[in-house]
Amino acid sequence: MAIIKVQRPKLKFGEKIYLGALIRGFFLTMRHAVRTILGKSVGAGTLKSSGTGVTMQFPEQTWDDQLPEYYRGAPALVTDEEDRERCVSCQLCEFICPPKAIKIIPGEIPTDDKWAKVEKRPKEFEIDMIRCIYCGMCEEVCPEQAIYLRKDYLITGYSREDMVHDKKKLYEIGGKRVGLVNKWNELK
Amino acid sequence: MSDSHSATAKKPRDLAAEKGLVNVQIDGEWHQFPKGTRMIEACRQVGQEVPHYCYHPKLSSPGNCRMCLVQMGMPPRPTPGVEPDVDEEGYQPIGWMPRPVIACANTVSENMGIKTRGELVEKCREGVMEFLLINHPLDCPICDQAGECRLQEHSVEHGRGESRFVDMKVKKPKNVDIGPRIRLDDERCIMCSRCIRFMDEVADDPVLGFTQRGTHTTLTVHPGRLLDSNYSLNTADICPVGALTSNDFRFQMRVWFLKETPSIDVNCGTGTNITIWTRGNQIHRITPRHNDEVNSTWMPDSHRLNFHYIDAETRLTEPLIKEGGQHRPASWQESLELLTSKLEQMEAGQIAIIASGRMCNEELFLSQQLADKLGCEAPTLVAREGEADKLLIAADRNPNTTGAKLVLGGDPYAGLDSLRSKIKDGAIKALLVFGEDIISDAGFADTDLAGLELLVQAHHSTNPTALAADIVLPTATFAEKRGSMVNLSGRLQRLNRAIEPQGHARDDWEILRDLGAIDKDTHLIEDVFNAMAAKVSEFSDLTLSKIGHQGLIVTETNHKILLLEKERAAKAAGKIVG
Repeated sequence: MAIIKVQRPKLKFGEKIYLGALIRGFFLTMRHAVRTILGKSVGAGTLKSSGTGVTMQFPEQTWDDQLPEYYRGAPALVTDEEDRERCVSCQLCEFICPPKAIKIIPGEIPTDDKWAKVEKRPKEFEIDMIRCIYCGMCEEVCPEQAIYLRKDYLITGYSREDMVHDKKKLYEIGGKRVGLVNKWNELK
Repeated sequence: MSDSHSATAKKPRDLAAEKGLVNVQIDGEWHQFPKGTRMIEACRQVGQEVPHYCYHPKLSSPGNCRMCLVQMGMPPRPTPGVEPDVDEEGYQPIGWMPRPVIACANTVSENMGIKTRGELVEKCREGVMEFLLINHPLDCPICDQAGECRLQEHSVEHGRGESRFVDMKVKKPKNVDIGPRIRLDDERCIMCSRCIRFMDEVADDPVLGFTQRGTHTTLTVHPGRLLDSNYSLNTADICPVGALTSNDFRFQMRVWFLKETPSIDVNCGTGTNITIWTRGNQIHRITPRHNDEVNSTWMPDSHRLNFHYIDAETRLTEPLIKEGGQHRPASWQESLELLTSKLEQMEAGQIAIIASGRMCNEELFLSQQLADKLGCEAPTLVAREGEADKLLIAADRNPNTTGAKLVLGGDPYAGLDSLRSKIKDGAIKALLVFGEDIISDAGFADTDLAGLELLVQAHHSTNPTALAADIVLPTATFAEKRGSMVNLSGRLQRLNRAIEPQGHARDDWEILRDLGAIDKDTHLIEDVFNAMAAKVSEFSDLTLSKIGHQGLIVTETNHKILLLEKERAAKAAGKIVG
């Protein structure tokens, strides 16, 4: 491999003492301060900030409607239009999950259930949000289109246990998702 | 034909014939096989696995799945009186047949050629896969077989990836309750008939069969009957798809999470070879492991399902000391020190040890060493007789009777009655019981044991003897320990640790070591085995690792395993490959 020697830039006296740069920086800051007071700062309108500048007053103000379509937030389970659980606990997400955040205990749908044809659903489904790295592999691997990454990013809790999303919480975040899944009809 | 003038250079066919072999060309290379070898077995032996569903070496070969189609060729028959052409190596040219043959039911012959690859074979496999998948449901995310399903595997390897079939799939019964331990899903069935042949030929209870015809062929159980044989779960093992699944394992865990540990069954003297399937510290299922000298590839349901006690509520997880009629949890150090000090107060003749035929050789050896150290009589074992069946279950339900005879010498069960009367007389004051519930299993009454000053129970689960005991020591179950046992046919086999002991439970040998049966610095069961091998002539020159997964014969017993006798007869008659 060829070695290229980089020459140190030769600075003039004025540049060496930094004084000019300091003064220029001072005026730049002052210009922004004035513009902020006048409500003319960059993005003051588009970013829907407090109006006094680019700083967003989080968490009173959030950036939710600015999130792009492909944003990857908290993974969640979804039900279909008839409120049936889409997940059949095949455990592929548990298998693929790089940080091993998912834990599933499979269960059987009782034969007297209205949707007993599917036979299987998760008895327990837990995602440890301390472990989750929001990679989206669970969504990608799911053969039943049952798990999706939603835009929720405010995942907080007072203890480690609080940070584990159980099945109820996951369906709460996930909500309903319509679309054809053949496992309940006679097509598959 | 050519035999008359081959005195100088023998042809390959003659060289092979001298050894009773035939020459077969597989994928362009010549090999020699014994006459009568099935083509599929010949291919397997040279590393060419031919995909198949219905073929099973322990069952007859109906050749109905058509998955094992290969291209076959024979030398052309020469005109009478004309010498056949031979190449420089002496093999005749092969005339390839334009249509494929099944490899599972045809045998090899001299100068035969087999092609397991090539356009014809690949087209055939793709076609068979397409037919099988026409009506197969897309149940894989639900199906328990996923991950160990032949249909999935062959689909990836030989299938076309997309279905061309646009019509509705044929509907058949799903989730059918055909027996107490087996669930049937007819839509998934690919009609290989392995289960039907198993129940007919091996289990001798032909309750399964096909009804209807063509695409509507349905596997059913005979009207009014159930698939309730004690060998029914083997059908779930051999089912190449998820049509037959185990109720016990149903929806418990996906197989790709499970770790396999080779071990042996401890429910009877046969010592069936098993694989323990675990995830974390939990056993999810047990399946038979192939050993032609013990259990072939089968095992009885009653033994297979007897593992749920391992993580049951009844497990003992910490040592208990009885104070004022109540047990209280204690540390190992406290309980062992208390036990040692109490034993020191006894005279040698006042102590007795009852060991178990369910203990490994190493543990029995150490219990004998302990008896020597305490100066008491050799440990007595509790006999456990059951009913033998006509296949694998032996009447002796202790897995290590033969090992106990080798290690302890003589009849290990003989001393129990005299011990009983000695306890009643009050001659014995301290009784150490390892791995046996003597109240339930040996006919001891609470009143018999009332005269004892010290009753110690080392067991994995709580039981009446443990309730009566002064000191209770929790021990490991068969899946939680290592060691060796000798089955009724004299085969030394190895137990392997599949999971860690529950709670604070310990191996029996560690308890015996801490009581002084062997040097305190012994930390490996290998060292215990070596100490035992130095004393027991049958085990000399052996180590625990030398036993291997298939076991070693260490003594002759003339015990016959009936299932193997039956299988060998079927093999000799040419019905199965074996």
